Amino acid sequence: MLQDKDRIFTNLYGQDDWRLAGARKRGDWDNTAAILAKGRETIIAEMKASGLRGRGGAGFSTGMKWSFMPKSFDGRPHYLVINGDESEPGTCKDREILRHDPHKLIESALIASFAIGAHTSYIYIRGEFYREAEHLQIAIDEAYEAGLLGQNAAGTGWDFDFFIHRGAGAYICGEETALLESLEGKKGQPRMKPPFPAGMGLYGCPTTVNNVESIAVTSTILRRGASWFAGLGRPNNAGTKLMAISGHVNTPCVFEEELGVPLKDIIEKHGGGVRGGWDNLLAVIPGGCSVPLLPKSICETVLMDYDSLRAERSALGTACMIVMDKSTDIIKAIARFSKFFKHESCGQCTPCREGTGWMMRIMDRIVEGRAEIEEIDMLEQITRQIEGHTICALGDAAAWPIQGLIRHFRPEMEARIRQYKAGQKEISPTHVSV
Amino acid sequence: MNSAWVPPSQPDDFVFDAESETAITIVLKKYPVERKASAVMPLLYIAQKQMSRCTGSAWVPLQAMNEIAKRLEIAPIRVYEVASFYTMFNKRPIGRYHLQVCTTTPCWLRGSDEIVSACRRETGINHFGETSADGLFTLTEVECLGACANAPILQVDDDFYEDMDSESVQKLIAELRDGRRPAPGPRVDRLNSAPEGGRKTLLTVSTPVDEQ
Repeated sequence: MLQDKDRIFTNLYGQDDWRLAGARKRGDWDNTAAILAKGRETIIAEMKASGLRGRGGAGFSTGMKWSFMPKSFDGRPHYLVINGDESEPGTCKDREILRHDPHKLIESALIASFAIGAHTSYIYIRGEFYREAEHLQIAIDEAYEAGLLGQNAAGTGWDFDFFIHRGAGAYICGEETALLESLEGKKGQPRMKPPFPAGMGLYGCPTTVNNVESIAVTSTILRRGASWFAGLGRPNNAGTKLMAISGHVNTPCVFEEELGVPLKDIIEKHGGGVRGGWDNLLAVIPGGCSVPLLPKSICETVLMDYDSLRAERSALGTACMIVMDKSTDIIKAIARFSKFFKHESCGQCTPCREGTGWMMRIMDRIVEGRAEIEEIDMLEQITRQIEGHTICALGDAAAWPIQGLIRHFRPEMEARIRQYKAGQKEISPTHVSV
Repeated sequence: MNSAWVPPSQPDDFVFDAESETAITIVLKKYPVERKASAVMPLLYIAQKQMSRCTGSAWVPLQAMNEIAKRLEIAPIRVYEVASFYTMFNKRPIGRYHLQVCTTTPCWLRGSDEIVSACRRETGINHFGETSADGLFTLTEVECLGACANAPILQVDDDFYEDMDSESVQKLIAELRDGRRPAPGPRVDRLNSAPEGGRKTLLTVSTPVDEQ
């Protein structure tokens, strides 16, 4: 388990001053110029060596992503866009960075922008995080005042501007190209790829889109060295990660933990144990609602990292887990996600726009048991026909929780249908009362 | 939208006031001049805030959208489609306080059903989307608010009230009714998203990083 000395987010709970003075005491903005003096190539090489994988869910190497940006300028400006549209149900980690460690984010954004050749960075914050955006804006104003942003930012010789753009309640804007559309003042409907944002992103210019957490850890990684970060966690799953635990545990909370720690230990330590004891556990959704759930038998041994969860046909996602005890109606819990995805589909691709509605309606009937056993197979087939047939991953995300449910809880679904049938009187369609 | 939907009655005109104009000037500086269409969402927010300030109901009338289109030199439909795509822009008048209950699974597991019924009971609202008879409250069902470690959440306008239960909803609504706005945050003994009863990490005094 992670020691306090290795934590990156030392003001996670806002127990300390989040403003500039407090941030400086925690080591932020300490000789930022020396980091930039290493040069663009060295910074990207360090980030690659640290093994940092994107913290927003997909888990793609951050250093690698930065290296995709054009090395020379063709007259178009480069942009860094930070994805703070945290809306995946279960996920509540970036919120803590925005409101309690805003300067770590701003300083890291300066470093990352330098590494990709950008003089401007936008952060897209979900609209509901009004107070969090307020904190960040105050921090930005402080930074401009102190010469840490603007021309020759923090004495680095690099001009850098940092702006907030607030979303307005659309989950789909967490998808990087939908986010760019939204930032351009349009509906948040994902774009076809290619072209990838590194070639043609915001305003048609080379753009890197990174999660808030992926950016915010940059300054600490470069200060303490890639080997320090790579030494934490497991091979190919390096470093620390902000995680959250919600649902049926004694103490839901947000915390920073090393990757590769057993899921059970995390629930016991940070979550204070499952409500009613470990044996009362039914299932865990390990990384936000779009990843397939894990039944108790897998939770006993699985490690919390990208590759271990992938091996169990789930995913780390955002590492914000939802714990459900035996009192949970698991079918209803997943049916609520179907409603969520139906609500959030942008409507652009037919399989997703129509399919999320079909899935929701079938799931709602199965919650009551008002279905045929064969419809479970039909539902599974529908999820397969949505998955991979849409522009963005929302269709996949809507399909996976249902696939996980069918994979692990099919007997419960069948029992629900049989129970409903048993409660119904036989009605013959030709029956005529005399 | 259903068959019972009636279009809201629209004011005849909309003019940005001085406070809004200041905010607009700041917003327009964020984007390249030729890309000022990017400001459509911020301007919709500014219009909605002004309506809240001036009329007590945070919504965006059609005339405000037309005005925004004129400012940004884009077709009015470009503003309408953005306003209708995003859920946080209210296209019809709402109550003084906008009660937004998250009912997505993490909140549901922690008792959001109880929060919904408490809101209904205290305000007399029957269905989501309705405004109470006294015009004070509008109740809306929202999708995940992104504060799941503090579930269940009741968002009132811009503030998150966290770790709610039936009693705390009753107390909160009574206070709002009296014109007071209590401090947002958890309603139980915890610091923000730290575990209830005291944090389990970050117990050693935070020291600046010394290794270089």
